[in-house]
Amino acid sequence: MMTDPHTGANSRKRIDEPTGTETMGHEWDGIEELNTPLPRWWLWTFYACIAFAIGYVIVYPAFPMLHSGSKGLWGWSSRGALAADIQAEDARRGPQMAALAAVPIEQLPNDPKLLRAAIDGGRAAFKVNCVQCHGAGAAGGKGYPNLNDDDWLWGGDAKAIEYTLTHGVRQDADKQTRTSQMPAFGRDGILNAAQVQDVVSHVRVISGQDKPGASAARGTALFAANCAVCHGAGGEGSRSVGAPRLTDAIWLYGGDRATLTETVTNARYGQMPNWGARLSPVTIKMLATYVHSLGGGEDAPAASAPTAPATAPAGTAK
Amino acid sequence: MESVLSRAGLWLVVLVLAIMASAVSVDFGFGVHMVIVAIAAAIGLGFMLYKVDGEAIAKGIIRSPADPGRYDDEVIRWGVIATVFWGMAGLLAGLYIALELTWPALNFGIEYIGFGRLRPLHTSAVIFAFGGNALIATSFYVVQRTCRARLAFPGLARFVFWGYQLFIVLAATGYLLGITQGKEYAEPEWYVDIWLTIVWVSYLAVFVGTLVRRSEPHIYVANWFYLSFILTVAMLHLVNNINIPVSWVGSRSYPIFGGVQGALVQWWYGHNAVGFFLTAGFLAMMYYFVPKQAERPIYSYRLSIIHFWALIFLYIWAGPHHLHYTALPDWAQTLGMVFSIMLWMPSWGGMINGLMTLNGAWDKVRTDPIIRMMVLALAFYGMSTFEGPMLSVKSVNALSHYTDWTIGHVHSGALGWNGMITFACLYYMTPRLWGRTRLYSLRMVNWHFWLATVGIVFYIAAMWVAGITQGLMWREYGADGYLVNSFADTVAAIHPMYALRAFGGLLYLAGAVVMTINIWRTILGHLREEAPLRDATYDPAADRPLVPATAN
Repeated sequence: MMTDPHTGANSRKRIDEPTGTETMGHEWDGIEELNTPLPRWWLWTFYACIAFAIGYVIVYPAFPMLHSGSKGLWGWSSRGALAADIQAEDARRGPQMAALAAVPIEQLPNDPKLLRAAIDGGRAAFKVNCVQCHGAGAAGGKGYPNLNDDDWLWGGDAKAIEYTLTHGVRQDADKQTRTSQMPAFGRDGILNAAQVQDVVSHVRVISGQDKPGASAARGTALFAANCAVCHGAGGEGSRSVGAPRLTDAIWLYGGDRATLTETVTNARYGQMPNWGARLSPVTIKMLATYVHSLGGGEDAPAASAPTAPATAPAGTAK
Repeated sequence: MESVLSRAGLWLVVLVLAIMASAVSVDFGFGVHMVIVAIAAAIGLGFMLYKVDGEAIAKGIIRSPADPGRYDDEVIRWGVIATVFWGMAGLLAGLYIALELTWPALNFGIEYIGFGRLRPLHTSAVIFAFGGNALIATSFYVVQRTCRARLAFPGLARFVFWGYQLFIVLAATGYLLGITQGKEYAEPEWYVDIWLTIVWVSYLAVFVGTLVRRSEPHIYVANWFYLSFILTVAMLHLVNNINIPVSWVGSRSYPIFGGVQGALVQWWYGHNAVGFFLTAGFLAMMYYFVPKQAERPIYSYRLSIIHFWALIFLYIWAGPHHLHYTALPDWAQTLGMVFSIMLWMPSWGGMINGLMTLNGAWDKVRTDPIIRMMVLALAFYGMSTFEGPMLSVKSVNALSHYTDWTIGHVHSGALGWNGMITFACLYYMTPRLWGRTRLYSLRMVNWHFWLATVGIVFYIAAMWVAGITQGLMWREYGADGYLVNSFADTVAAIHPMYALRAFGGLLYLAGAVVMTINIWRTILGHLREEAPLRDATYDPAADRPLVPATAN
């Protein structure tokens, strides 16, 4: 049976009628094969791909050597290309970055063009670094402040925002970080469960959610003794210790009874990274300017009038 | 009697070991898996002790025709049913996770049905359960007929089938329980890998043994492709799963390759799982079933030789293109890209040989719905094997990588090529395996064809638009050099595309439901009254071994 199909006597070669091509003379379960030559276009395209591959491996890094790969005629490397891109971009943006670096953040409004550039840069940096917690629209979420409103825990003028961004909130690694710690009144036994409920009732009254009642009345005294030192006698909050205002409808964790009970019982310890350790001062300045521009930004506290525009970004690189 | 006793003893040993392993397991998932193994062993032991002829019962259930003079087709009949069953399971899982991506509420906060666990369930079900069963069944069908010999080791062939189903069950339940080694397409843990190795070596033995016993002087091209698929998958599986278990009675293990080496080994495996499982293996199916259905000779013997060797030589080097612009050294990325480009024509050799086999029979595309399915499969094969080398070009990859374009590319291959060629093969084999005069309905094949085709178009068009949108949005910089979009913006932008993708998947699943009914009714022996369509002729007298089997 093992006859050579090309010459063998057993060969059943025939001309296939529809195509006019000779068969190979093999047959398996009724399947024959035609002796059609390789399609020319197929073969030449294959050769062209091989030629391209040879050329490509000569000019680009391709062959593994003892310690690293061959460098290629053009000396290209992915890290080198990235470094060149970054360098070119840095050079292009250099003057603007230098101008931003030279102007204190509270004076940026004096230079509308520079202010615009800072806001645009801040928006981009926000999309990379901040949206994970504060949301794409900066509307925040439970435990993460909404940055669009005019309620600020640690201060809402541009300089205060820049400071908060630079040093973070409750970061042990940064000595100048914004920090405070509300006591866990329930867990640590400062107040018993009934007293916690009374304080919560009081908070719900001053925030305008409930009508005054017996529990809230008992809570008023407890609040004055335990809470007012940070949150203020009327619950108006204090930015020096990041104590939220309790008299409005804005809640970081929630103003319903269950959430307030949880907060008073176990306290909270919200944190934000000290971005100064990760981002450049100019980036932080741009971020702060962007956040300040979102709608709730406040004027600098002491600035009675805008300082004269003349102080100028004059010394900045041109 | 002795062999019955020793076999029963083996089942008993496995049963006892599995129960013990389950009792002392260090994690819940491993314990559940050992219970599954114990149940499998108990079934085997019961059959052995009570001398139950399982095969006779199965023959009754699936209505096998009795003709001992023919090929050993019993395990192929099981394979056809398993292919349809797992195909439905895999497509259903795929549709559900597409809906989860569109409407995340469908995760329901239940860990067992979250996207992260159902996604490997979907990919493994369609690739390994649906595709794997199709490959095993068709390879046993083709190797017997093109060698004119019965299967070499009938007992071992049955072990391959049932062992492979156990592998699938262990893999699938493992994903739901959260057991994974975190390698795409190689998620099953170390003990499931060892089991698959045993099954796969048995598969190789049956296949090569049958080739050795052939009554034909030459080995048909389909068998070269099957053999390259079986051998290479064995090698890939072994190298990519060299892991050290944390405990011998636990499901965790750690790979010996770490960092970028681990990534390279994984994508060498992953890319060649596509190359040898989904390309070489399915080309083998094409090389037998297309000329049989078209009743035409293969277009070019020379092309089959050249493209076979070029394909298997070049494919194995192309894996690094999955790691463009990563920590992988530049030289390895370059090689991954140029080998992918050189792979274009060798891949197309299979498409040319399949399509041009229709020379002199192109009218059948109009009259024969099974041929139409095969032609569409080859067209999608050609399209995705052009798209693949194109996506491997680094500057194209810079846009497409990590986007849904990749998902679209995979599915044009998987739904268009692997799915359609498998459906066509199932339609070809079922009436012949069950001795029916024809399929229950050829008109329903036509319905299946159009549902699936429109479904694929929805799917891949949606993913192209979504992928290119993502790629462009991710890299969009404003005039001042800053990023324009946050990641969440890009997710919101492609939401409508995700809904369209799920709709495409629904159509494809609907086509598969039509097929399931059709094959079911064919097995039952029903014939739908309908206007006739063309089908390939069948000569039962020629469909038997050359030297009638006497021994086994």
